[in-house]
Amino acid sequence: MTAVEERPASVLVRTPPDVDRVRRARRGPRRRHALVIAGLAAVTFAALAVNLLLGDYTYTFPDAVRILAGVGIDRPTAEFILLQQKLPRALVALCVGLCFGAGGAVFQTVLRNPLASPDIVGISVGASAAAVFALLALGLRGNVVAVAAAVGAIGTALLVRWVAGGIGSYRLVLVGVGISAAMISVVHYLFTRAAVFDAQLALRWLTGSVSGAGWPEVRILLAVLAVLLPVLWWSGRALRITELGEDAATGLGVTSRRAELLMFVAVLLVAAGVAGAGPVSFLAFLAGPIARGLNAGRTSIAGAALVGATLLLGADYVGQYLIGDVNVPAGVLTGAVGAPFLLWLMARGASGRSPR
Amino acid sequence: MSAAPIDHGLEDPAGTARLRADAVSLGYDRTTVVHDLSVAVPDGKVTVIVGGNGCGKSTLLRGMARLLRPQGGAVLLDGEAVHTVPTRKVAQKLGLLPQNPIAPEGVTVVDLVGRGRHPHQSALRRWGRDDDTAVAEALALTDTTDLAERVVDELSGGQRQRVWIAMALAQGTDLLLLDEPTTYLDVAHQVEMLDLLADLNERAGTTIVMVLHDLNLSARYADHLVAMKEGRIVAEGTPATVVTEAVVREVFGLESRVIPDPVSHTPLVVPVGRHLGRPGSSVGPALAKEL
Repeated sequence: MTAVEERPASVLVRTPPDVDRVRRARRGPRRRHALVIAGLAAVTFAALAVNLLLGDYTYTFPDAVRILAGVGIDRPTAEFILLQQKLPRALVALCVGLCFGAGGAVFQTVLRNPLASPDIVGISVGASAAAVFALLALGLRGNVVAVAAAVGAIGTALLVRWVAGGIGSYRLVLVGVGISAAMISVVHYLFTRAAVFDAQLALRWLTGSVSGAGWPEVRILLAVLAVLLPVLWWSGRALRITELGEDAATGLGVTSRRAELLMFVAVLLVAAGVAGAGPVSFLAFLAGPIARGLNAGRTSIAGAALVGATLLLGADYVGQYLIGDVNVPAGVLTGAVGAPFLLWLMARGASGRSPR
Repeated sequence: MSAAPIDHGLEDPAGTARLRADAVSLGYDRTTVVHDLSVAVPDGKVTVIVGGNGCGKSTLLRGMARLLRPQGGAVLLDGEAVHTVPTRKVAQKLGLLPQNPIAPEGVTVVDLVGRGRHPHQSALRRWGRDDDTAVAEALALTDTTDLAERVVDELSGGQRQRVWIAMALAQGTDLLLLDEPTTYLDVAHQVEMLDLLADLNERAGTTIVMVLHDLNLSARYADHLVAMKEGRIVAEGTPATVVTEAVVREVFGLESRVIPDPVSHTPLVVPVGRHLGRPGSSVGPALAKEL
């Protein structure tokens, strides 16, 4: 081949590698994320404190600390209410919120779709159907029902995954919505045959609530979180790669099997949450996008977990004390917030760009 | 399916190429798109795969990148079948820029490019000094240092594509596969992108394999051209030997004239077609004579 007489100068003007600039540029988003996490942790702690100190029985902060430390303040009723009612209830709300927040955000991130949360792809409804079936059709009571709910969540997840034939986002959402509808009809059928009293019991498994939560639930949830959160942290590195799409992820050495493993951890988290408080409506769906919004649009699983905890603690407090004389289950409130949020998310999606 | 009765004119009769396809058949579900194909990718060269729509060129690239499991045969990287080696180990040697990578919302340029370091990190050793250096070099090579803090969604198409290439470069591999890296770019950015890849090949000796649509740009930038039709290789070799009127007719079903590119002297395909310009669109006899 003949040589080219005059080779056109490259369009690119190259600068030498600038390691310092890379370090500086990496620092900005990390600092923001650290601030977001610190802020959310503080808010979560504040919500926990409000749930413990305020309400029908109020405590001063020093009194509460003394009771929690086991010193006592010579008022057995007050001590009993704080230690046996308020504290376990608040801790269950905290743990369940963490489970739903983290689990939902993993779903949305792996499937790259804010609609693909466990509530929407049928996993929560699957848990409801299993719990209601255990209560109404099998006549079971107590902890077995919670186990049934967890099994229902895992079973539905596997069913959706199997029917969808993979975790390609859109198909999975469509299959999930379809299976949701089927599960809802199962619930309705069971209700038509139930006695009024039983139906009242079963209602809790439709909306989700932390009322009546005690120490056994707290212990189980803490144990589950102690196992699953480190696993999530360990494998969370791969999450940042699966976000780039299946092909690019494979190119970087992360197979779709890894993505499925992450999803399975998320399903277990959601199952634990469902067993603890029932399928708290839209909690898993809300937490991820809110955390993203705080973190300049970037994914934050830890942030989502804390948002989930704050939301559930807040919803439980509002439902208990701030709405007239009735106790409104937390799930009713998260549902009331979640539905408009879903519409907003769809409307925002239609306009293309996200607001900044 | 019978084997393709083609003399490939392999430049690598001894089988020393690091990346090669050995009688590989590739496809989706029950359909086979690439049939029993063998090809050796010359080390340190730019190889471009061309062909008409649906000829299997992207499928071949996907097979080489282990995105597809072969239905038969194997793709060998340093003598080992790519789909049997742990995918992370392959990722340390073989970089990939797929056709539609997804930039996560809100991600900054350094963050995205930094994700290219993933195959070199582990859960315990997450980010180190060498990662910073690799990212800085990748940014410098693609002239994206000034975009470092920017959010990827807000970049132009050409900038974004350079950032993706930077991510693949940060991976630090000697082999780079690219599936239609110029697809959504205008002609100026296409040339810029290919110049960048050619520079990279010349400076760092990176072996590049890419699928391109534009035959003339392929002829200009390829050392080694692979022309495919119906899942088989029709011709293979230097652009001067591959880009002929007969091969263009066979591969694309297009009548054409092949003339020397006035800028690079590589073959230039001029399609014949049925319309020879609208009235008044001619540049006049003077220039016509010059050609």
